[in-house]
Amino acid sequence: MSADHENDGVFNEKLIEEVLSAYPDKFAKRRRKHLSVATAASDDGAAEGDDKALTECSVKSNIKSIPGVMTVRGCAYAGSKGVVWGPVKDMVHISHGPVGCGQYSWSQRRNYYVGTTGIDSFVTMQFTSDFQEKDIVFGGDKKLDKVIDEIETLFPLNHGITIQSECPIGLIGDDIEAVARKKAAAIKKTIVPVRCEGFRGVSQSLGHHIANDAIRDWVFDKKEIEFEATPYDVNVIGDYNIGGDAWASRVLLEELGLRVVGNWSGDATLAEIEHAPKAKLNLVHCYRSMNYICRHMEEKYGVQWMEYNFFGPSQIEGSLRKIAKFFGPEIEEKAEAVIAKYRPLVDAVVAKYKPRLEGKSVMLYVGGLRPRHVITAYEDLGMVIAGTGYEFGHNDDYQRTGHYVKKGTLIYDDASGYELEKFIEKVRPDLVGSGVKEKYPVQKMGIPFRQMHSWDYSGPYHGYDGFAIFARDMDLAINNPVWGLFDPPWKQKDKMPLLEAAE
Amino acid sequence: MSASTMKSATKGKTMAALRQIAFYGKGGIGKSTTSQNTLAALVDLGQKILIVGCDPKADSTRLILHAKAQDTVLSLAAEAGSVEDLEIGDVLKTGYKGIKCVESGGPEPGVGCAGRGVITSINFLEENGAYDDVDYVSYDVLGDVVCGGFAMPIRENKAQEIYIVMSGEMMALYAANNIAKGILKYAHSGGVRLGGLICNERQTDKELELAEALAAKLSSKLMHFVPRDNIVQHAELRRQTVIEYAPDSKQADEYRQLASKIHNNSGKGTIPTPITMEELEQMLLDFGIMKTEEQQLAELAAKEAKRVAALA
Repeated sequence: MSADHENDGVFNEKLIEEVLSAYPDKFAKRRRKHLSVATAASDDGAAEGDDKALTECSVKSNIKSIPGVMTVRGCAYAGSKGVVWGPVKDMVHISHGPVGCGQYSWSQRRNYYVGTTGIDSFVTMQFTSDFQEKDIVFGGDKKLDKVIDEIETLFPLNHGITIQSECPIGLIGDDIEAVARKKAAAIKKTIVPVRCEGFRGVSQSLGHHIANDAIRDWVFDKKEIEFEATPYDVNVIGDYNIGGDAWASRVLLEELGLRVVGNWSGDATLAEIEHAPKAKLNLVHCYRSMNYICRHMEEKYGVQWMEYNFFGPSQIEGSLRKIAKFFGPEIEEKAEAVIAKYRPLVDAVVAKYKPRLEGKSVMLYVGGLRPRHVITAYEDLGMVIAGTGYEFGHNDDYQRTGHYVKKGTLIYDDASGYELEKFIEKVRPDLVGSGVKEKYPVQKMGIPFRQMHSWDYSGPYHGYDGFAIFARDMDLAINNPVWGLFDPPWKQKDKMPLLEAAE
Repeated sequence: MSASTMKSATKGKTMAALRQIAFYGKGGIGKSTTSQNTLAALVDLGQKILIVGCDPKADSTRLILHAKAQDTVLSLAAEAGSVEDLEIGDVLKTGYKGIKCVESGGPEPGVGCAGRGVITSINFLEENGAYDDVDYVSYDVLGDVVCGGFAMPIRENKAQEIYIVMSGEMMALYAANNIAKGILKYAHSGGVRLGGLICNERQTDKELELAEALAAKLSSKLMHFVPRDNIVQHAELRRQTVIEYAPDSKQADEYRQLASKIHNNSGKGTIPTPITMEELEQMLLDFGIMKTEEQQLAELAAKEAKRVAALA
């Protein structure tokens, strides 16, 4: 069913117009460019042997959100501290500035790690310089200096420190680079200043980029590194180990005969980042947040990079074969063995859940790689994607999405609260996958929901192990008996009539 | 809750009588000197005065206190932990004839945010009743209104009259026009008005005429033309105003005139009409202060011809 599924493009076109009709003309004109319906891909363009795109779903993206639309986007600080740097476990990440940014990003986003928190690992701890008025007026460099000393005293087993700038740091022009240099020399550890002030850029996306650049400028080539290379060294780039994703992926790569030198940045150590340029291949999962550093490693160190997808058996198989091909026949052989080994597991999962999920429709609205990467995993369970969109995607993300979505699929970029609710209300999918802010309104609409940023307190969803959990979770959400108890008031005939409003 | 209501109520009562003025102008034009001399003269008219220095250099009250203020609001707040830990008595000093002085202070050059410092200080002073029981509050602000913090004194419920200290120098005129733009921005929301221009003589060409012409262009008036007199420097070296150092001098009388003009100028401020850069340049051309490009080229050509002739 899902293979030749086609969404009702005409209906979706009309729906977009209906949603836009609520806006003033000028605003509607602006938002129209961010909403579209996937159309058939043109035949030209795709080179011989390339995966041909199924559809074209280009919309305008990476543009400033309109104040007041309840955007779900984050800021540059969120992109650097929350996404790229925060999961690096053996470094202390200082939220530099007033206390709020640190408080609300405390505990990270379920980036699992092995280690003893507070001794040699610090991911779920929160460090802040807690700016006061006097730090704004007189500058915060002295305080930062002191904070670093205190961290060194209290947590001597840290392997380095990053300084995650909050907005005021950029406004008052503190020289955090000078402090970083001075303290790095003093404590003989890596200190990385990151200029990820929240007001920079239009979303968390710039924060990813800034964080990538900080790795390039403050980590690479800073130490003498002893490294015994093998021909099968790879880095996993852009797996944040949410709910253990990276572990479910790593096991497959190792079964393939590859050595994972570093996993960026879930469960990562500083050393894994430092060693990365020595590997043979960068395997990129979240392209959006880490493509920058991969391009740099390719240019400077000649490390090639390859995107892959470990959501759902179809993509896993395709990716394993693609990765194996890079390393030659021996590894390719192993890939087939790995695929064969997990086939019974996949068959069992599909046999159990596909009958319960077949034909169910899904709308997604998430960030990073998920709006496209998880699509095939749903399709492996017989489900169909009715709509998808990115919070902070760029043009290249939407291009890649064309390889995943079917004709007629609704595409929305940086959707406002109103747009998303209206789309969901009219499409009425069987499942919505989005963030925690969307979760409860959607459930109140009587529609099952999974929080797809941190797997709704579940996971992993990557790899074969993850697929089993993914399938179970979607079934739990959709086939939960609670939805049968969802009697809207207009169907409650036997109940007391509604009282009339008082005069 | 009730305490704050009471505080704002008493503030409301004193607000009616309170006159809040501010001195702005290009850096180095003599704002602090002019304002302190004028305020020293004003105190002789029986007025109770509070000077709020809004310059990180903290030298707006030096002539009144006979010393540079050491205990600025921000330095004490930094020592104490936060501005909430301060008492008004810690920062309020009394100088010449009971003039109350407070300096906002601020960070050393190149660090932190002095603008935020001004905002912090002024809020602190207001909330802690520094404005109770005075007739005048005078703000002396850093030369350039570089950011929102330094515009704080001209915002809502702060200074009602701005006096721009200027001279016949071109950059001083530019600065005056720019400050007028700042005042215009806040004139509608906060009711701030341009009190007038004060020309601090630099002995440039046609200085008085130029000052008067600019005042007219800005829909304002020239409050006073303060002649240049070395006695001001003599007094300043002794950390005094001319009013105190040489009360019988001609210069002291000039400041007294200016003081009484300001005193009688209550409610007579105007909404300024700043002019464009082109208009300002045209004005300077009209006065022969600035030459047109053609004139400059012609002069250069003549000079060059002369040089060539000399060589030949």
